[in-house]
Parts: sequence; C-alpha cells; structure tokens
Amino acid sequence: MPRRTDINSILILGAGPIIIGQACEFDYSGAQACQALKEEGYRVILVNSNPATIMTDPSMADATYIEPVKWRIVEKIIEKERPDAILPTMGGQTALNCALDLNRHGVLDKYDVELIGASCEAIDKAEDRELFDDAMTSIGLETPRHGMAHNMVQAHEALEEIGFPCIIRPSFTMGGTGGGIAYNKEEFDEICTRGLELSPTTELLIDESLIGWKEFELEVVRDKNDNCIIVCSIENFDAMGVHTGDSITVAPAQTLTDKEYQILRNAAIAVLREIGVETGGSNVQFAIDPTDGRLVIIEMNPRVSRSSALASKATGFPIARVAAKLAIGFTLDELRNEITGGVTPASFEPTIDYVVTKIPRFTFEKFSEANDRLTTQMKSVGEVMAIGRTFQESVQKALRGLEVGMCGFDPILDSGLSNAKEVLTRELTEVGAQRIWYIADAFRQDWSIKTIYDLSGIDPWLLVQIEDIVQVENEISKQQLADIDRDAFLRIKRKGFSDKRLAQLLGKTELEVQKYRQALGIRPVYKRVDTCAAEFVSSTAYMYSTYEEECEANPTDRQKIMVLGGGPNRIGQGIEFDYCCVHAALAMGEDGFETIMVNCNPETVSTDYNISDRLYFEPLTFEDVIEIAELEKPTGVIVQFGGQTPLNLVKRLEQAGVPVIGTPPDAIDRAEDRERFQQLIEKLNLKQPPNCTVRSVEESIEQANKISYPLVVRPSYVLGGRAMEIVYNEEELKRYMHNAVLVSNESPVLLDYFLSSAIEIDVDVVSDGNKVVVGAIMQHIEQAGIHSGDSACSLPPYNLAADVQNEIRDQVTRLALELGVIGLMNTQLAYQDGEIYVIEVNPRASRTVPFVSKCIGRSLAKVAARCMIGKSLEEQEFTHEIIPKTYAVKEAVFPFNKFPGVDPILGPEMKSTGEVMGVGTTFAEAYAKAQMGAGDVIETSGNAFVSVRDRDKDAVVEVAQRLKSLGYSLVATHGTAKVLEEAGLEVTGVNKVLEGRPHIVDMLKNDEIQVVFNTTEGKQAIADSSTIRRTALRHDVYCTTTIAGALAVCDAVEFGNNMSVYTIQQLHAELH
Amino acid sequence: MAGLAVLALEDGSIFKGTAIGAEGSSSGEVVFNTSMTGYQEILTDPSYAQQIITLTYPHIGNTGTNEEDNESEKVWASGLVIRDLPLVASNWRKQQTLDEFLKQRNVVAIAEIDTRRLTRLLRDKGPLNGCLLSGQALQDGGEEQATELAKQFPGLKGMDLAKVVSVDKSYSWDGGVWDIAQGYLSASESRFNVVAYDFGVKQNILRMLAARGCQVTVVPAETPAAEVLAMNPDGIFLSNGPGDPEPCDYAIAASKEFLDQGIPLFGICLGCQLLAIACGANTIKMRLGHHGANHPVQDLRDNTVLITSQNHGFAVDGETLPDNLEVTHKSLFDGSLQGIERTDKPAFGFQGHPEASPGPHDVAPLFDHFIELMDNQSNSANKPAQVAASS
Repeated sequence: MPRRTDINSILILGAGPIIIGQACEFDYSGAQACQALKEEGYRVILVNSNPATIMTDPSMADATYIEPVKWRIVEKIIEKERPDAILPTMGGQTALNCALDLNRHGVLDKYDVELIGASCEAIDKAEDRELFDDAMTSIGLETPRHGMAHNMVQAHEALEEIGFPCIIRPSFTMGGTGGGIAYNKEEFDEICTRGLELSPTTELLIDESLIGWKEFELEVVRDKNDNCIIVCSIENFDAMGVHTGDSITVAPAQTLTDKEYQILRNAAIAVLREIGVETGGSNVQFAIDPTDGRLVIIEMNPRVSRSSALASKATGFPIARVAAKLAIGFTLDELRNEITGGVTPASFEPTIDYVVTKIPRFTFEKFSEANDRLTTQMKSVGEVMAIGRTFQESVQKALRGLEVGMCGFDPILDSGLSNAKEVLTRELTEVGAQRIWYIADAFRQDWSIKTIYDLSGIDPWLLVQIEDIVQVENEISKQQLADIDRDAFLRIKRKGFSDKRLAQLLGKTELEVQKYRQALGIRPVYKRVDTCAAEFVSSTAYMYSTYEEECEANPTDRQKIMVLGGGPNRIGQGIEFDYCCVHAALAMGEDGFETIMVNCNPETVSTDYNISDRLYFEPLTFEDVIEIAELEKPTGVIVQFGGQTPLNLVKRLEQAGVPVIGTPPDAIDRAEDRERFQQLIEKLNLKQPPNCTVRSVEESIEQANKISYPLVVRPSYVLGGRAMEIVYNEEELKRYMHNAVLVSNESPVLLDYFLSSAIEIDVDVVSDGNKVVVGAIMQHIEQAGIHSGDSACSLPPYNLAADVQNEIRDQVTRLALELGVIGLMNTQLAYQDGEIYVIEVNPRASRTVPFVSKCIGRSLAKVAARCMIGKSLEEQEFTHEIIPKTYAVKEAVFPFNKFPGVDPILGPEMKSTGEVMGVGTTFAEAYAKAQMGAGDVIETSGNAFVSVRDRDKDAVVEVAQRLKSLGYSLVATHGTAKVLEEAGLEVTGVNKVLEGRPHIVDMLKNDEIQVVFNTTEGKQAIADSSTIRRTALRHDVYCTTTIAGALAVCDAVEFGNNMSVYTIQQLHAELH
Repeated sequence: MAGLAVLALEDGSIFKGTAIGAEGSSSGEVVFNTSMTGYQEILTDPSYAQQIITLTYPHIGNTGTNEEDNESEKVWASGLVIRDLPLVASNWRKQQTLDEFLKQRNVVAIAEIDTRRLTRLLRDKGPLNGCLLSGQALQDGGEEQATELAKQFPGLKGMDLAKVVSVDKSYSWDGGVWDIAQGYLSASESRFNVVAYDFGVKQNILRMLAARGCQVTVVPAETPAAEVLAMNPDGIFLSNGPGDPEPCDYAIAASKEFLDQGIPLFGICLGCQLLAIACGANTIKMRLGHHGANHPVQDLRDNTVLITSQNHGFAVDGETLPDNLEVTHKSLFDGSLQGIERTDKPAFGFQGHPEASPGPHDVAPLFDHFIELMDNQSNSANKPAQVAASS
C-alpha cells in the first residue's frame, strides 16, 4: 500500500541540545526523516531548539521552528500550523517525553493530532519498568530479578529480595542519568536518594546485577503489516555493568552460534510486537549468561537511537529514513535501500563482510572532581567507529581515530610502578575510559587470558585478539625495519597496525615507516559497504580501507573536492563543525565538483550517504588521509571546517603535496603562535591585554607584578581552554605555577591580564582574500572569563554601542585581510573602559557558524567553501553584513547533572556539550526561550538567594532591586545582605556553609530557595561555595554565576511566559 | 607459522593463503554464502556436496563446533574458504575448535585470503570449479597443478548428486527440536506417518516434522513410489539436496504418483523443484543464485515479508507453470519464484529453507501448513484424526 493520503502535514519533534546520552545522531536521524517525508509530498513542520543541526536548515522542512521542544511551546506551534500528525520517534527521549506531555495535557485531543511511529501506550509500555516487565513475562521472556520503589522504604524492601550487588535505575531519565551499581548499603542509599530526585515519576527500578554477563543489542525495524527485519546485531566488548553508550561495541555479534542468535532474533521481534511498536525502528538489549546461555531482556527503545545510528553506519541501512517511510504507511516490501542505489530492498537484512568497532570518547579531564569509573549512567561525549576486515584491524583503526594521543595499543602503564599489579587489577575490574589499553598492558606483563577474563568479564575471543597484537608488537620491536620483508610487513598491516605505532616499536619516524612500506608496494585497498557482502552488484560509494588484494575504490577523473571531517565529538568540537563540513560538501556538489568526505564519527550527518558523492569512513590521521588523497588526487582539500582535527594535519599534508585550499596554513600559524600574533596586533595598531610568557615560578611572580592581577594563566599549548585558570593574587599564581611546572617542564606558561569586567564579543567573518564580509557580531552575556563556548550570546548585540560595533567591524576586517584569510575567521574581542582588545583569532570555522547562518539566512560555511575554490564574494552576492531585526540568543547546555560532585561553575575551561537558540522580537523573549530550550526552569516567585563577590557588590544592588520588583523575596549571605540593606532593600540573612547551621544549603535542601545568584572568585572561595551550586543543581533550582547573567534572567522573568513562535523561513524572508 | 594453501579456479585465478583443517587436495564447485552465523550447519548440509564453500563473513570459527549443531552426520562440502580463523573459539557450548573439527573430518580449507575478491568474482562469473591444495600436495605440484585440477573437475551441471548423498537404507526419525536450556527435546506424540525422501536432507527438517507430531521415515532418494505407498503415509516430504533437479527422473516419477494419489506433499529447495517438474513446469539455472540467510521473500497471499535462508543455483521457471500450480511466494530481491502450491491437490513447495539452521525462523509456519494439509486429508477421508498406526 502506498503512503497515507489522509494526512497532509507532519510535525517532527527534534532532540534539542546535544547532551550526554543524546548527541548529534538525532540530527542524523531527524534530517533523514525530514527528507523522507518531504519527498513524499507532505508538508513537514519541524521543531528543534538546536541551531547547530542540519535538520534545522531552512530547506529541510516547510516550516522550521528553532524553539524549545517543550509541550507549551509545541502547543503554540500546533495551534498555528495544525499538523495532521506528529512523528516523535526521531528526537530521542526529548521528543518522546514531549509527545507524552502533549498527550497528558490534552493537546493531541484538542487539535486532533495523531502520533505516528509510536503510540503513547507503546512508549509507556517500553519505558515504564513495571509495564515492561509484565509485557516481557507475558511473552515468556525473562527480565532481571527486580523491584520497584517510589520511596526509600520500598527501595529497602526491594533490596531484601535482590541483594548486592544491584543496579539502580531511575525511570524516565536520559542516558541512565542517576543510575548506578551498589555494592553496599551506603552506596545503595546514596544512589537511590539521587535517583528518586531525578526521576520525573519518582520511581526507581532496582535490578539483579548481571555484572559479567555478555551484552548484545539488536536493531529491529517493523512495518504496519508486522514485517520485521533485524538490521544489525551488536556485541558489547565490555560486559554488563557499563552503559551501552559507554561500552566499546562490535558489530556483528561475534560469539553466538546461529541457534543462539536466532533465539535473540525471535525474542527481539516478539518484544516489538508485544510493546506495540507498529512502525519504525527500535533497539532491544539482551544479557546472556556466559556459562549457560541464559537470556535476559534488559530494555528496549521504541524509537531510533544512538545504536540505530551506529547500526545504520555499520551496515549501510538508513534506519531513520526507512522508519519515517514506514510511519506514513509504506511497508518494507515497497521500499528500496537508497544507499545501495536501490539494488537491495529495504526488507533485506543487511549482512556484512567486515567488522565494525565503536569506541566511546570521554572527557573526564574537564571534570576533575567527577567519578571517572564507568557505570550504568552514560558519561561519554562522543564516539568513533572504524571498519576493518578483522576485529584487530577494526579496533586498531578505532583507537587511532579516537584522537586521544594513541596510535594503537600504546602502553599506558608505568611498568616501573611498585604497585603496577594493583593498578592493573583495579583498571581491569573497575572500568575506566582507558581499560582497553590496560588490557594490552596486562598482556605485556604476561597476565593470562584467564586472569584478565576473571577480572573483566570480557569474552576470551576478544581478549585473545589483543594478546596477539601485543605478541606481534613484541616481535616487531626485536627487529630492524629494513629486515622486515614484504610478506611479513603485509601481515602486520593486515592486523591494523598504524605506521606511527610501527615507528614507535622500531625506533623510526612515521615517515620512514611509510616510505619503507610504500617502497614494498604495500598500500591499503578500499572495500565497499554494500549491505550484502558482495552478493549483488551495487553502486554504493561508501568505503573503508583494508589490506587485501582487490581495491574497489575506482576513483573517477572528475574535478573533486575532499572535505576532512572532525572525528569523534568532544567538548569544544562537536556538531557545529560537522555542520560546516556538510555545508562545504553540499556547496561543492552544487558547484559541480565530485565531493569526497572523510570522517570516522558514526553519529554525524557528514557520514550520511547522500551528503557527498563518496564517503571514506576512516580515521583522521595523517596515514589514513594521505592514502586516500594519493588515490583520489583531489583538486582541493578543505581542512578549515572540521575543527582542530584536520588542522593538525595541515602542515604534513601540504608537505606531502596535497592541495589544501583556503586560508594558507601559515596564517593559522600566525594566529596561533604567540609571538607572531603579537607582531600582527602591533602591525595593525590593535590592542591585546598585557601578557607575557614565563617558564618558572620566580619569573611568573616578577612578570605578574608588572602586568598586575587578576591574570588568566594557561599552558602555551592549550585546546578548548584546558587547564586555563584565573588567578587573583600571588599565592594562587604560585600554586598554579607549581602544578603547571610539575606537569610540563617543556612548555611555558602564558600570563594575560584578565579584563575582569569586560564585555566579550565574538565575530565571524568570511573573506575571499580581497573582500571581507562580517557574518555577525555576537555579544556575550556572561562577562569575560567564561569560555566563549560556554557563554550565552546575543545576535545582534543587545547593549553594545553602534560606534563600538563599527570599530570592531573595522578591526576584524583588517585582521582578516592581513592574515590573507580565504574562508572563515572567528575573532574574540573584549570591550572594557572604552577600549577594544583582541583576545583570540581563529582563521577557520568556529562553533558559532551554524548559529550565525540560522540568524542571517545565509550559510557562511557554503559561502566560505566557495571562496576557497576562487569564487569571489561579489560573485556570490554576499557583499554586506546581514543584521537581523529580531534577537537570537544562543545558550550553552552543560553535563553537570551527569557528574555529581562536580562544581557547576563556569570558567575559562569549556564544559558545555551543546547549545540552544531562542528567537524573539526583544532580547528578553529570546533569552527566556533560550533558557527554556536549555531545560532550565526559572521559578518566577519565591525566595531569590543572592551572594556575590566583593567586586560585584555595587552591581548586585540593581539585580536585587529588579528581583524585588518582580516579586521575589531576597535571601542573602551576610556580606551581601549588608550591602542590600544599606541600599534600603528588605533581605533575610543566611549563613554560608562554613558559618554554622542552618545555612544556605539547608534552605536549598528544604526547597526554600527558588533561584540562586552566586558570583565568586578565587580558588578557595569557589571551593567553599561549591556546595551551594551543586545542591541547587540537584534540586533543579536555577542558578547563575555571573552578574550579567543575573540581569538577563531578570529580563527573561519580566518578559514572562507569553512567547510567540517564529519559523526560520519567515525570519529569513524578512531579511532578504 | 601455519602452512601455505592455494585455491585455484578454472579461470586461472589464484588465491594464496594459509592452510587450515586437513592438508591435501580437494576439488569442487566454488560457491559462497553470506550468512554471518551457522558455519557448522552449512558445512554439514548435504546440499553442499562437491562444493567448496566461501564464507563472506571474515571471522569463521568464533564459537567452535558442538555435537548439537550438525545438520547431518558428516561434512559434505569439498572444502572451506575463509578470511580468518580465530585464535580461540569462545562459547559455552563449544566442544571442538573449527580447525579440530575440519581436521577430524578430513576437510581441506584455506584462510587469510581476500574472500571479498573471490565472492565478487563468483558473483560476476557464476560458480566456478576450483581446487584447494595444501601441505605436501601443494609442494608436489604447485599452483599449476591446482589450476589443472580445477579445470578437470567435471562441474555440477547435469549431475545427479541427490542419490550420492542420500541414505542407503530407510530409517525412522523421532528427535525433536533444539532448546537452549534442554538441548534436543524428544518429539511430540506422533499423529502422522510421514515419509521423507532424502536427497540430502537437513536434520532440522526432520526435527521440525517430528516436533509437529510426525513419525518420520526417511527413505533413499531412489525409493519407488509403490514401496512408499505401501507404508500408507499421511504425507510425503521431498527434501533439499545438491545439484540439478532435472536428472532426478526417479524422484520426479515418484512425485507424480503421489500427486495422483492425492497424498499431501511438501517439498523444500530441490524438493520444491522436483515437485514443480512433476507438475509439468521447468527449472532453470539461475544467473545469480541465492546464498545467504537474509533474503526477503513475500507471501503473495497476504503480502507479508519473510526473511529466509537461501541456497540454490536452480529455480523453477515461473513462465512454465501449469494452471493448477499457483505461485505463493516470490523473492523481493529479484522477483524469482520462491513458493508454489497446487490448486487441485494438497501439494506445495518452498525454494528457500523454512527449517533455517542456519538462518531466521520466519518461514517455519510452512511446516504447520503441511500438518494442516494432512489434517484436512484425514478429515475429508473421514478418517478420525487419531494417532497414526506406526509403519
């Protein structure tokens, strides 16, 4: 039966900001869904608050609302658009929750909108643990022994039944937030208390621990005729106990016989039928007892998921696209798989002839107080996927693609340690981010597979692969490079070793190894991902490298542009850069070039099959990239858009003769090298904050006195604000220097005068080398000192004088021309006491490019890409800055709720995982929406707690007066209270935590505080006040840590709830 | 280091790899299968007689082998071609490693070759005759000898292999299906007396029949119809098997007889083709055979999609069906005919493998249909539906 004709318009719910557990895979699925529905002729309406997504590009839907995915806002959209149906299965848990809210509040009934893809009953049945358990029992499937609890008494009753260790999971939370494994009563009480608070239904599931069991996942697709197919099976490298999002996973399943696999297959299909997923994709997770095969169902998600994105990339089957088509009435037999050029039907179960490994990427270095052990709560921020013909090749490719400084199984254990054995035992038992490397180290220490299996529960089939790699490494390191013959070298490369790792083992440089290898005629070949293991001829252009006999790449002799992607997501480099890569590829395709994408991040749109003409799913290392470049011989390679990852390769690629296009690499060096940058600033008569470079504690004190405090201090080589701090006095400087010097004797420390009350400004420009056009000027809301990626910002600036803006335009234009930028450049500036200071210049795509593009209605990335191939801005008719008439606020979203114990304070080190955009006719409306989209609820009445550092004591009066007039009662710590009283404000004093009880944290715990305004500075003061912010976070009390933020909050509260919704298409129409 | 092995094809292609399994020389038709699981079932499937099997999934042997997963008493395939034999086998049911299993059964095999290159070659040229050489045999003659042996292999076209792989004597079967907790179950109480022609039958077919209340008598391929009719069967089953159906005139003649008698008849794979020929249709050699466990087949009567296990190089020619033979299933990949049923007689066949093993269980209900036909027959014959007398 063809598509449904009784519905004409469909509202797709997006996933909102990138958070841990819900990342850009939902842009990938949402974008596919938009395209799939649009091409069937439906009117597609989209809501997603995340401006960095491809799905919110104006061409993706007929009406795009970059608005909070909250039921009240969505109701306004429904009222305005009157869609016939809502598709809630593409936007992760956010969309499902929103759909349930819309139903609960009667919105679906009121406007007669139908949910397609999943019903409320099915969602409830899948997500409510009790209903799920009953459902599974009714079809004869086992679930873990478990109990439910809505309070601590019930929790303890359940514990009696289940015993230790047990797994605790709160209901309806994302990424397993708030869950954990308890081995003792103290841990049990702690996790349960937190879980009850976090669960929107105050509900906990306490499970029998299946730690050490094997874990499998099946991706299932079902249509309305009850046809079911399994797209992919996935086996977890890590045994049960680690969240699947944090587990290394392998596809297909490796250690099941056919009989066992078919049991899983039948069970997965039975689960979909029982839950009532009528159409679309779901994932079903299983645990298997490795000793007898006992099978237990862990959970199922009635929607596309991170795993389905992975499965799609792993098999070449576009689950989201197919799921969207099924939701509108198609059946599997009516659809073809577009990735294979339609050769295979959608009803075909993909079979693969390679091994896929996914490894998650963590970011514990940014949250030093966080517990860095992996549990049932997801903590990773990104992932890498690698394809190889064998597990060894695949896992080694994944390890180097992860970009954590490893080129394979590099040793990480200091074998000289006296307690090496203890360290290894702990690392193998209590899983951390680096366990896989410790396993290799354990083999290096001659530990047996049995010992490692007993400690880790990792299947011996997987362990032996690592053992073999370590043995081969040992043999290699005993040899001389020149003695390795072609056969032996080929055998080594077939196991996935990188040239760089071999260079380490052989005491050579990577280039020497590469030369030797190529002289032996050993080059990778490229095989195609075709869903059918070559059974049928297909035209798929999705490739991976391997060392085999036959190469299937067949490069064309067209003019081609190669785009290097950004690799795994991490804090500081995420979806924004992928957005730019996608736009670059699309623009080049539109201009008639063949486009080639290289990336290894399975969550992204850039690795979707229809973004580029050819996709190489490969790590972004020099070796992997140069081999593709030498095979394809592209006309130009774009490195500007993938963040730091491809930029790190620029020099070597240029040296190797690869035609890098756009801004010359030397310009990047001029911007990054401190001395050359200083010369640049001086040459242009611009200002930068007083600064210097120091190498010792003594030198730092001497220089600091010249520059004067406060100072921003950081190591000279710093990414994303790593290890950056603000010091206010000599004592703090000494402490920092001691640590910094300890960490690295080599690299010097940079001191900058900290412009403590400056307004910070971000400017994106695009240049063709002759002309510069400002993309946008963005004013940060938080004052200087907060990492630009963490700061909210307003476009256009909300209170920056026109002449200052003009001066800024002039300065950045001169900078871009002087540097010879061809493409994009981002500049960060500070404005204080009538002076403009240049803080940082990055001649490349920045995090704000998608946000700016959404605001001004032109894709800066596309314009920039065209500049790189020689099209002038004039030719592109992009000759003047477009200044929107409405305000747009970008707000950052943080992962603090995943890291209990971490102080949720903002600083110079970037901590946000994602962003949202709020649009309004006033700044206040835009800011209020941005806060709402970020998931922050600002209580508009009750007690406002105010506590500020001395420097803010003047400014706090205005904040307090506004709070008072908004109807809040004021509560303040004694110092702040005194200031407010002197200003004639009525205020209740409260103790700081160290001043005795009852104190502010008691009040927070008793729900007596509704909003928190807390500014602080200095290491000690920050530490002393951190419990305030942590407690506020746990009790969902809105907390802002800057005065500027506080004033913006007042604006938002003043504005109230009467928000309007705007489509991006309408906003853009008003601009042009 | 393991010894070398060579796979030579009749077209002169050479694949050099590592010897696994037994050493020696073995020729056959080189085919491939894309199923990611079930290598043990595939190796022991008699349909692979005189074929060298290439498995497209790179790691083969991960779970070792065990006594439960055999589909017949021996390995019928002439050889095995894989990319990688793992260093350990890991599964709680493992009894032997694949390497031990192959050695014990004297199967010559090769690893470490570009199996995708080989698969693409076979896909484009169709099955090619080939020869595997390893150990002493390789040293004696080398690659030239392997190519020569590959060319000398007569090929399977026109080869009646069914009678080669069939049993010599009839026997009765009463083992039930496999259960993860209990292993093989004993069969349910028998209600029907079924005679199964063995053209290379997979044991899971017998298990599934037995589990549905059939007392199965397995008979040799060339058993005359009269002998079978004397057993007073409630139903006749025509098994899967290797080779070309057309030379199997004895089976075609017997099938005609059963059709005339109106005895419920069920054919799988080769059995399905024999049934079609007996009804007056023709079979053809396919340009691209089906060799995997992931093929979508549509049931034309209710439009549902079934994922099936497939292994055939011959097919029933849909153009040649008589009026009384209805097409019940078609392949959603290439539209080829996948199932037939007589409109005037209780007889049907399926081209894929409803018994799976390896592969999905989606088509298992066809066995129920066979039972249904026998039920109807016994009711219409006014016989009480009772426990059939044992033969």
